[in-house]
Amino acid sequence: MSAVTSPVARTWAALTTGRGRTALGFAVAALALFVVAPATLSDFRLNLLAKFLCLAMVAVGIGLAWGQGGMLTLGQGVFFGLGGYAMAMHLKLADAGPGGVPDFMLLYGDGVVPGWWEPFRSPVFTLVMVVALPVLVATLLGLAVFTRRVRGAYFAILSQVLAAAFAILLVGQQKVTGGTNGLNGFRSFFGYDLNDPVNKRMLYFIAAGVLLAMVLLVRALMRSRFGELLVAVRDQENRVRFLGYDPAIVKVVAYAVAAAFAGIGGALFVPIVGIISPADVGVVPSIGFLVGVAIGGRATLLGPVLGAIGVAWAQTTLSESFPSAWTYAQGALFIVVVAFLPGGIASLGHLWRRRRGRPDAHQTASPAPQVGLDPGATGAVVDPRPTGPRDPATVGRTS
Amino acid sequence: MDPLLSQLFAGLSVGSVLLLAALGLALTFGQMGVINMAHGEFMMAGAYTAFVVQLVVADAGLSLMMSLGIGFLVGGLLGLLLEATLLSRMYHRPLDTLLVTWGVALILQQVARDVFGAPNVDVRAPEWLSGAVTLLGVQVPKTRLFILLVAVVCVAALSIVLKQTPLGRRIRATVTNRDLAETSGISTRATDRLTFFIGSGIAGVAGVVLTLLGSIGPTLGRNYIVDAFLVVVAGGIGQLKGAVIAAFALGISQALIEFSTTASIAKVAVFVAVVVFLQFRPQGIVSVRTRSLA
Repeated sequence: MSAVTSPVARTWAALTTGRGRTALGFAVAALALFVVAPATLSDFRLNLLAKFLCLAMVAVGIGLAWGQGGMLTLGQGVFFGLGGYAMAMHLKLADAGPGGVPDFMLLYGDGVVPGWWEPFRSPVFTLVMVVALPVLVATLLGLAVFTRRVRGAYFAILSQVLAAAFAILLVGQQKVTGGTNGLNGFRSFFGYDLNDPVNKRMLYFIAAGVLLAMVLLVRALMRSRFGELLVAVRDQENRVRFLGYDPAIVKVVAYAVAAAFAGIGGALFVPIVGIISPADVGVVPSIGFLVGVAIGGRATLLGPVLGAIGVAWAQTTLSESFPSAWTYAQGALFIVVVAFLPGGIASLGHLWRRRRGRPDAHQTASPAPQVGLDPGATGAVVDPRPTGPRDPATVGRTS
Repeated sequence: MDPLLSQLFAGLSVGSVLLLAALGLALTFGQMGVINMAHGEFMMAGAYTAFVVQLVVADAGLSLMMSLGIGFLVGGLLGLLLEATLLSRMYHRPLDTLLVTWGVALILQQVARDVFGAPNVDVRAPEWLSGAVTLLGVQVPKTRLFILLVAVVCVAALSIVLKQTPLGRRIRATVTNRDLAETSGISTRATDRLTFFIGSGIAGVAGVVLTLLGSIGPTLGRNYIVDAFLVVVAGGIGQLKGAVIAAFALGISQALIEFSTTASIAKVAVFVAVVVFLQFRPQGIVSVRTRSLA
């Protein structure tokens, strides 16, 4: 952008490129979340937005694992559920009082709290488990899969089977998990009455703060050496291996962080929405998380957040009035975005600039999405061309 | 009557259903690396084909036999359409095909819901498939035996096609080394298209025989797709042998674990077993040697 001369134009150019653009986007997001939304939305709408923010937390994690790391994870519902159920168990026990038994256990079971429920009476233990359980499961599966170099598609399928198995397990163990109904009817959240609108607003602010913190953390990660490695592993795993790094460790760390985000999102989802059930964690919702990420731009920082919130909002609005239309719309979104716009909405700018023939100043700011040069899956040889920064917009049309 | 033996037969029966669901997937995933999540919906289409055929042809036995053929065509044509419109432009991004076909699956499910209604519908089984026969002191429903027979016929037909026909040679060449096959004058694109037709057609057949097991609904495919993919992952790609062994191994172990615990625990146990198994054989039970690094 050498032709830029006037100070206004120079400031604009600084704000719309690379680092400046991220800071600007972040400031706008913070302003919208902490000032505009609470001031303009009704309590009901604000609570709805809080729910979307929880889903956006999962999306931030998927952006890291899938967009930056190339791991197509179809089982984030499991981690969402682990965090959510951990929190829900604590809330049920807290509502029942010291030594009390949650109501549904009296209904379905023999009215005895099982041993592994007992530690969840402690708030500290619960908060630790909200993060620790997803991280543990993700690390175990990640180590098992990635160190044995199980290929990309295999990982996607295994993560999906994990989601299916988890949902079936929850439904099957009705006495201790509430079965299909899940856990619901919470009255208080760490001593705060959940029927009080003020406390509901407090939950919104907690969710907004946590989400922004997650975005900042991902930004810091991606600017670190780890972030460089993660993108390198996504694009040319073997080259990274030949350089002496262990791609498996890099992938496991990114996957575990994504799992932790999903767990925290699930834990906040529970008091905000008031229910968690197998329908929130199975195969279908787990893939559902991906559509927002794909639309927003999987390899961008704020794209997954905006995409997830947008999709959740559209789903709520559309499915209220036209339930069947939403399913068609969701299917069409998957097809159109993934097949024809793999970089998501975020790549529309690139596409537009390319059409106009302008040099793209911040092409390097957003790395290309997973290009799928998976040599094993197709039996093809590794692409010998040098792999510089790729424009997401061209991915669908090259090679 | 030996309960273990009866569980074994139950496992064989579950395995034959899994095999029919996974056979087409193993074929398309092995050759093109495409992960077709709409495969389950092709099964659903096959099942509804049986329902529609029965509306036209009243005789249950005749309609079942006709449905097997028509179901193959319906599934195959749907697959051909999907390949030609969407997947053919995505072969360089195999992971993304998973999401695109999931979108297709969602749309197909909703179409079925809008056309046939959300409640399940029933297809009458023919008279000669009602009741059970006694094998080794175990009562085995005739429908289950019929499904096993269809699975065996499908595997046999497919392996004859793969081993004996020019098409099969082209398919095997493309799986082993796509570039070399192309260089040798094989149109890999035409081969891909035919493979997709056959693979999706088998899904249609699977859907038809599933109508013998119970009522059918728009989400029929979704219940089988995940297990079918697990079979493909465990079995390894490129050869039918792997899928056959994996389908029956998973079916039987599922039935045996279920016998001593519950169905949900068995599901989780089978998943863990597959992950552990992949520690020892990351490429699955059977795999074609390629010279790729991964």
